[in-house]
Amino acid sequence: MGRLIWGLSGMVLASLAHAAEYNMPIGVTEISREVHGLHMLIFYICCAIGAAVFGVMIYSIIAHRKSVHPKPADFHESIKVEIAWTVLPFVILIAMAIPAAGTLIKMEDTSDSDITIKITGYQWKWHYEYMDEGVSYFSNLDAKSNAARQLDSGVNPADVPNYLLEVDEPLVLPIGKKVRLLLTSNDVIHAWWVPALATKKDAVPGYINQLWTKIDEPGIYRGQCAELCGRDHGFMPVVVRAVQPEEYERWIAERGGKVAGDAEQMADAAPVEVASAAADAPAASSGPVELTRDQLMSEGETVYKNYCSACHQADGSGMAAANFPALTGSAVANGPVDEHIDRVLKGKGAMAAFAYLKDREIAAVVTYERNALGNAAGDLVQPAQVAARR
Amino acid sequence: MSEHHDSHHHDGHDHGPEKGIMRWIKTTNHKDLGTLYLWFAFIMFFIGGIMSLIIRLELFSPGLQWVNPEFFNSMTTMHALIMIFGGVMPAFTGLANWMVPMMVGASDLALPRVNNWGFWILPFAFTLLLSTLFMNGGGPASGWTMYPPLVLQTGDAFPFMIFAIHLMGISSITGAINVIVTILNMRAPGMTLLKMPLFVWSWLITAYLLIATMPVLAGAVTMLLTDKYFGTSFFTAAGGGDPVMFQHIFWFFGHPEVYILILPAFGVVSTIIPTFARKTLFGYDSMVYAMASIAFLSFIVWAHHMFTVGMPLAGELFFMFATMLIAVPTGVKVFNWVATMWRGSMTFETPMLFALGFVFLFTIGGFSGLMLAIAPADFQYHDSYFVVAHFHYVLVPGAVFSIIAAIYYWLPKWTGHMYNETLGKLHFWLSAIAINLTFFPQHFAGLAGMPRRIPDYAVQFTDWNVISSVGAFFFFIAQFIMAYNWIANCVLRKGVAAPARVWEGAHGLEWTVPSPAPYHTFETPPVISESEITAVHDAPAAAPSQA
Repeated sequence: MGRLIWGLSGMVLASLAHAAEYNMPIGVTEISREVHGLHMLIFYICCAIGAAVFGVMIYSIIAHRKSVHPKPADFHESIKVEIAWTVLPFVILIAMAIPAAGTLIKMEDTSDSDITIKITGYQWKWHYEYMDEGVSYFSNLDAKSNAARQLDSGVNPADVPNYLLEVDEPLVLPIGKKVRLLLTSNDVIHAWWVPALATKKDAVPGYINQLWTKIDEPGIYRGQCAELCGRDHGFMPVVVRAVQPEEYERWIAERGGKVAGDAEQMADAAPVEVASAAADAPAASSGPVELTRDQLMSEGETVYKNYCSACHQADGSGMAAANFPALTGSAVANGPVDEHIDRVLKGKGAMAAFAYLKDREIAAVVTYERNALGNAAGDLVQPAQVAARR
Repeated sequence: MSEHHDSHHHDGHDHGPEKGIMRWIKTTNHKDLGTLYLWFAFIMFFIGGIMSLIIRLELFSPGLQWVNPEFFNSMTTMHALIMIFGGVMPAFTGLANWMVPMMVGASDLALPRVNNWGFWILPFAFTLLLSTLFMNGGGPASGWTMYPPLVLQTGDAFPFMIFAIHLMGISSITGAINVIVTILNMRAPGMTLLKMPLFVWSWLITAYLLIATMPVLAGAVTMLLTDKYFGTSFFTAAGGGDPVMFQHIFWFFGHPEVYILILPAFGVVSTIIPTFARKTLFGYDSMVYAMASIAFLSFIVWAHHMFTVGMPLAGELFFMFATMLIAVPTGVKVFNWVATMWRGSMTFETPMLFALGFVFLFTIGGFSGLMLAIAPADFQYHDSYFVVAHFHYVLVPGAVFSIIAAIYYWLPKWTGHMYNETLGKLHFWLSAIAINLTFFPQHFAGLAGMPRRIPDYAVQFTDWNVISSVGAFFFFIAQFIMAYNWIANCVLRKGVAAPARVWEGAHGLEWTVPSPAPYHTFETPPVISESEITAVHDAPAAAPSQA
């Protein structure tokens, strides 16, 4: 009987250590394995103490109930016992604190990194900037999850692959390289968390935090924003694609080619930032770009979904209860085009300023707002017009 | 009460309570105010419970089916503010109102008018807070922790939330001052500090924590107010401030606040277990020292709530070690409770069941707390459902179970009528099962990677959330058994009459007065015998000279 119980509890404990559904992932970095080890160690210590304390308690409840033990003992103190159960936990804690401190010191050592990436939190998306490679882009919740997650969308989340854990553009990292991540935020505090890498740190506006990771295995690792950051906190996933260093270099080169050699990406022509519309955007050229109505409208629709629809709603009807005005028939969307561009660039009241978007994106979304959502102003806006209003 | 007294003569020494609603509005009687506090907490638990059901309803399945994300966020925020400041804290203040004067042999609290004021602030505070749900921009939705810059995006609700918190703080501070002054000045002769019942000790320490920390919270939220309306930038980096500073200030309040919510529970459990084990509490002195140590440590561990905020390594190490230390005095308390039970002669009436449920389940919350103290592992646990599971284990089967246990324990004394034991036991078992269904799976969801405060989740977390939601509804419904049992049998006096010493093994001054306890007790101080804390009921001659 005793062997059976030991065997069973051993099986339970062993399966606990390996189950992604109900335990911390072991992960794919040296640090994540150490963290998992600490987690299991402290868990087993708690189990052992719990078994002892609850065991004594349950025995006492059964053996020292009034019907079988009618006369209570009258002891109520013992200096020796009390010293023992003060000192013993202290010793256990010191034994636990030493490896924990060791891992913590390693986790905070961001020196000698091979690659540095700046991660900026926005409401509600991440921006990745490869500091030395000159590649940068936003990473949004992917369109399928975004459509399915709307209130009463009618889409079964189980039918959406990686529901809420998929982005349009993942962070691409090479395996075997020490990557330093610099975290900051553009608005409120966010937290960048990938369980498989055991990395979680807050992105605080005005301050830069550091993290590092060195991934051992290629793969796709998913996480989420972990610090409440407002309305769409639950909808800004983190996806890391870890690849072989050669593939990483190819990827950087592809990205670099698109930015036409300008590391700062000042050229508005670079289509890499335009969310999922990038696929049907034309190849970049160094001169100013004239976009067709179809291009503007299709890119504008994507930008609108990603940045505007949370407040103004997908159909432009706004939310009167929350003071989000409708765009359909609004004076701004049907009035002078420059004022419309200014409103998007500078914001007003509760509306954020979107000057961090590219000229091309703003041109597209303004065009879209003026010619869709029930509006028919008829005019097109080109990136150059936006640049002139900055 | 039939004759009408002169308006200058209403100190209430020679008559019972006034009739009608004015009794409750004007009362300065600690028992009346205790009752008011407890009813108030009961209503707030109900409202906060409804909010938690809205949360659990939305989380029953992935996708958004019932509420939009802003409303979900304001539900999590309001649920916490209401349960903490409107539920647990007033409930413990209500217990202190009823029991502290009776336990130390005082006639009332030292400052009865302040006591009235302290209570009657609360309905206004919570009306203000709840009214924000109907305002432009909705209720506060930045979490009860109110971190800037997010909290500065709150709509019209913002100043109302801050003013409500100020009022709650004033109420708590008045209550705390009253408890301290009463305990230090109004103990019956012979009731030395180290003879006081542990519930009184727990409240004395709690009251000091309240006085030390509520003004800190008031300061923090006032700084938010000036940041939003008066152009300061305490917490805005662009103006030279620091958003993280708010978190330091908030948690300097917030961590002692956690012990404000649990120390009186320790006092309750340390009272109930000896009664039903028919054995003196094991290690009384070490219980007092353990509570004092926990209170002291609570001031030097605050940043363990912020391990991921980007502190220097030395800070993370310090707060990790200090936090782990808390396990030592907390362990002492649990060991002492178990040793009290050891070789006792136990029976398992409802208060004892809830007290034992407390020891089991609070200890589970303590274990997850110890895990959270390990900073490298905390980076994984932080802001995940693991944390939600942890603090709900400490607060629901911890603080709330102790409040329920205390009411089952003392309600016959207050009303003179017994509750129904069968219904009480049924209530315990349903609650104990439901609460574990609700919160145990949240450990798994959190470890598997589910962040807290999200209205929707990835499909792999579905199973745990379904179990959790079912448990939550089950728990809520089970509380109606409790409400019926207390109201029908005790409040409406349908239960059998209770004797003065309701429980065979009960000790303490409150059991020396009849049940129901008279409107005024111990107008002349009782005499405390040396060997046992027992009042000699009719010894009026001894009192004045010693007082």
